[in-house]
Amino acid sequence: MKASAFAYARATSIGNALELLAAHGDKAKLLSGGQSLMPAMNLRLISPELIVDISGIGELRGIVRRGEVLSIGALTRHVDLLKSPEIAAHWPLLTKAVAHVAHPAIRNRGTIGGSLAHADPASELPACMLALEATIIVRGQTGERRVRAKDFFRGIYETALSADELLVAVELPVARANAAHFFHEFARRHGDYAITGLAAQANVKDGVFTDLRTAFFAVGDRPVLSDAVNKLVNADVTSALMAAASAALDQELDPHDDQQASSSMRRHLARLLLTRCVSTLLGRPDLDTRAA
Amino acid sequence: MTGRPTDREPLSVLDRPNSYIGKTVPRPNLDRLMQGRGLYVSDMELPRMAHVVFLRSPHAHARITAIEVGAARSLPGVIAVVTGKELAAVMTPWVGVLSHLKGLKSAPQSAIALDRVCWQGEAVAAVVATSRAAAEDAAEHVLVEYQELDAVTDMCTALDPQTPVIHPSLGDNLAFERNHDAGAVDQAFADSDEVVEATFVFGRHTGVTLEPRAVLADWNAAEARLTIYQGTQAPHMVQNIAALHLGLQEQQVRVVCKDVGGSFGIKVHIYADEMATYALSKMLRRPIKFVADRIESFNTDIHARDHRCAGKIGVKRDGTITAFEIDDLTGIGPYSMYPRTSAIEANQVVNLIGGPYATKNYRARARVVFQNKNVMCQYRAVGHPIACSVTEGLVDLAAMRLGIDPVEIRRRNLIADDAYPCASPSGLRFEKLSHHASLDKLLDMMDYEGLRAEQAELRKRKIHRGIGIASFIEVTNPSAAFYGVGGARISSQDGVAVRLDAQGSVICQTSITEQGQGSESLTAQIVGSVLGVSMDRVRVILGDTDNTPYGGGTWASRGAGIGGEAALQATKVLRKNILDVAAAILQSTPAELDIVNNSVVNADDGMPRIELRELARIVYFRPDTLPPGIQPELMATRHFVPREYPFAFTNGVQASWLEVDTETGFVKLLRHWVVEDCGTIINPQLVDEQIRGGVVQGLGAALFEKCIYDERGQLTNANMADYLVPMSGEMPDIDVGHVVSPAAEGELGAKGAGEAGTAGAAAAVTNAVNDALRPFGTIVTEIPLTPQVILTALGRI
Amino acid sequence: MTAPMPISLRVNGERVDAHVLPRLNLADFLREHLHLTGTHVGCEHGVCGACTVRVNDEIVRACLMLAVQTDGASVQTIEGLSDSGEVADLQAAFRDRNALQCGYCTPGMLMAAQDLLKQQPEPDRDQIREHLSGNYCRCTGYHAIVDAIESTARSRRERK
Repeated sequence: MKASAFAYARATSIGNALELLAAHGDKAKLLSGGQSLMPAMNLRLISPELIVDISGIGELRGIVRRGEVLSIGALTRHVDLLKSPEIAAHWPLLTKAVAHVAHPAIRNRGTIGGSLAHADPASELPACMLALEATIIVRGQTGERRVRAKDFFRGIYETALSADELLVAVELPVARANAAHFFHEFARRHGDYAITGLAAQANVKDGVFTDLRTAFFAVGDRPVLSDAVNKLVNADVTSALMAAASAALDQELDPHDDQQASSSMRRHLARLLLTRCVSTLLGRPDLDTRAA
Repeated sequence: MTGRPTDREPLSVLDRPNSYIGKTVPRPNLDRLMQGRGLYVSDMELPRMAHVVFLRSPHAHARITAIEVGAARSLPGVIAVVTGKELAAVMTPWVGVLSHLKGLKSAPQSAIALDRVCWQGEAVAAVVATSRAAAEDAAEHVLVEYQELDAVTDMCTALDPQTPVIHPSLGDNLAFERNHDAGAVDQAFADSDEVVEATFVFGRHTGVTLEPRAVLADWNAAEARLTIYQGTQAPHMVQNIAALHLGLQEQQVRVVCKDVGGSFGIKVHIYADEMATYALSKMLRRPIKFVADRIESFNTDIHARDHRCAGKIGVKRDGTITAFEIDDLTGIGPYSMYPRTSAIEANQVVNLIGGPYATKNYRARARVVFQNKNVMCQYRAVGHPIACSVTEGLVDLAAMRLGIDPVEIRRRNLIADDAYPCASPSGLRFEKLSHHASLDKLLDMMDYEGLRAEQAELRKRKIHRGIGIASFIEVTNPSAAFYGVGGARISSQDGVAVRLDAQGSVICQTSITEQGQGSESLTAQIVGSVLGVSMDRVRVILGDTDNTPYGGGTWASRGAGIGGEAALQATKVLRKNILDVAAAILQSTPAELDIVNNSVVNADDGMPRIELRELARIVYFRPDTLPPGIQPELMATRHFVPREYPFAFTNGVQASWLEVDTETGFVKLLRHWVVEDCGTIINPQLVDEQIRGGVVQGLGAALFEKCIYDERGQLTNANMADYLVPMSGEMPDIDVGHVVSPAAEGELGAKGAGEAGTAGAAAAVTNAVNDALRPFGTIVTEIPLTPQVILTALGRI
Repeated sequence: MTAPMPISLRVNGERVDAHVLPRLNLADFLREHLHLTGTHVGCEHGVCGACTVRVNDEIVRACLMLAVQTDGASVQTIEGLSDSGEVADLQAAFRDRNALQCGYCTPGMLMAAQDLLKQQPEPDRDQIREHLSGNYCRCTGYHAIVDAIESTARSRRERK
């Protein structure tokens, strides 16, 4: 398939990009890494009239620590996230998750801004943003908005971004003491979209969760930050409590059926991920259902 | 000429000095492929070349009530928009039947649909433009009105009275039925101690060649000649059929095959859109290029292996198998494919069930039904994977029922290695196979006892690993029994012409074709060995109907056995002719001379007498210096066709070692082994690599691949993200070993090996998964074995 | 239709000036405009890896980039890597081990393999398989490709 015809403009600044979006509305599409946009255009699933290439906007680049916050520019590529020593040191969940995004050639182009704005429910980064309590910085012609990750992802390919806004950066708060993380996804092959996945960030002291944020992905139309796991915080996690949390998680999820897995299989895998997560983070092999 | 090993002369052609036979030598001419300087059809450009895009039906079954092409025709870059009716004036329709498949029926198929479309993806119009992109733009402006019809999309109900008949003129949706009854099956089951039944379900899948189908058709009106550049496995067949349906003489058609980006049988068939491309070139009097995109490939490349097979096996307490019975149902597309037919796969299944075993009692029914889905036809290992999975699955189930080890039950029932020649219950004649020797070698290679011990140990820790064994036979080197007898103009013989050039190098033209398996190399190795020249002095020309002998091409694992034998025989003649001239020049006799390392030498002490280069110079430029009366002939052609055996059967056995995560349903392939007996091996590395590649296609079938149609006949996963092909991360290392039972017919003794890997891989994996799940009492007889399937079988979801 | 746009870039070290339609992707630009047909098209949705090239020294899927995005960039294709000799040892290993059959995936495989060896000189077989996990091969079943890359890595280390 060859993409249908379109005009192309290289945005010179954020302001310029916003002008173009305002002028063309939903007939324009933003191009950053292009790893999701290009397949859709090649398959003629979408036929924009104007492509606004924002990859030249310097302001959108950079991984910068500012005090208790890490600011990641929207054009930061997956490979940049993967190789960042700063992120590896303080947000290793993200380093681990990005290694699961597609393949090296895709990671050399795909960007965090693109991934979050695209909001594929099966992708890794939106879930990481939930787990890491990220704030997503959005700019429109009327100014800047700060949107909490948990308010950002609204549905399949649907976010809090309006058609004339640009995602410019994400901010991650520095992890508190005793931070721990868990990441796992079930996928049929390396680099495939997850069938079900979990990105979790926690604080563990003396075998007890003082905080636990579990963000499940590929479990419905958006990543889900589970409230059910709050049962496990500041609590003695017995098998019974684990089972109760698992049952409560099941209630929170409304997974879809598709060719890779049925809804009940996704529920099953999500509960499994939770168990493995808790067992790993607390150092409690007795909670793992695989134990002999 | 036939000869068993003991009858051969002391130094047969295979034992010559510096022989390449049996040697792993690198294939010649790989540099161009590795440098990106190959020439695939999609790379080719000709002056005034235009591109065709086919507008395809979105419906599985519909009447075409109107086509409006005016708007499309006027778009920039558009050269023509052609409908089925217009194309029918240039190209006649075809019917995919063969007379030896009794009762096979099919309806006429046109290159572009006339008034009805019968599968989602069937072409309804052709848009020809200056670029693919422009043609796609214009295709969006072709307006087609459809009246949707009920679609037949469930093979299980295709023959029910209330199901619509796709082609009323045929009477029903039954394309073909075959029944076979050998021995005394009912008595055998009655006498059995245990009878086990299971239904085996196979996901429909497709080849996914990395280079999609591509054709460049060039009708030169001034010469009245059509040149077709196409990555076909059978260029003479394409030549014949293109000529036939365009009203041309065969000599007016030339088919050229350059580099081909994978075929595996996908590119051996006649496709409506490719035929349309030939016709469009003739109609428009300019070169037309068609390159299927990946979506089109999924929707229109032949599919394969869509079967539901009910199987039954009877056994005695001592493990003796008493009988096999199957009832196989396969749902093809709305037409039987042309010219090889869509009944061959089912026919093969009937032929091959129970093949490795001594059991004489066998009954089978196979039915092939039409559906409103993509067409289906021969794809690597045609029917073998089905037959092997069913047979080996039943044998394992019987072993389980009796409490016998799966290796043990095979030892008790595989045909003895000294029982040949013999025939199978389906009437197949086996010349010499080696099931037991192969099994012994396999068990040794894999350390079977060691793996069983490891399995037991890990089970205690709730880690579930499994071993699966699959024995199989494979059809290779087919004679005319496959197609010719049924009226198809598909040649079952091949020819090779060899000549010495003016510098003493050898130019070799062969009618077999190359898609990466090493046809060029095996030919050069044989020619070099038989003649006594180094391989770097041998140039092989293939894939050109103007410049090679007439032949069948490469398919059904026939290249080495048939094309190789022709190369051997032709080279023997050339060698004799050279020695005749050399004897005259040297005043010696041919018996006292030999050719070694590019020179004529003394046969007894090897002393060089005259270089081939010098002999060629004399023959071509200074024949005045030759003794009187001599007419040197430095070119020879020989053809070869199997006459004694309709097929040269090979045998093999595979094993899979894997782990099933019973919590997630995921299967991890740990390792895979194959022992293959394919007779004389010309290049061990090439054979082993064919086997490995074939195995991975079978592993794809076992775990990943399935064309998913919905009930409306829509193919819902027609892209590479949703149709899962095996990638490097999930595949195991594969160990390959051999036993050698040379073919009796011919001197080379080579049988085919190209499809062996695919024949048994899925069976081995399925058996291994069931072996791993034994503690749970779970049996799965459906592939692909997705996590969903396994978790469901375990009752976890 | 929109008007062609000017681009100026380096391809295999050579300066290229062209006018291209915005919708032209990099793979088609290389193949059809520059006649560098070693970069192959297999899926046009970024999954098969046959179109892998280097842009500014990093491997990318050429079918997922627009030619207009390469203005000012340095692009290397398999032809360039071959002519410079950069992958000569990999190619020799591929030949000796028969790590290619039809050759269609090979340019992309060599690109991905070289990318791996530049970053990780001592990869184990699992790491090799993982780095290549986005390159589809239907012919070889991957085992020979892994062998060829492993042996090349070993001989590069020995040469140091």
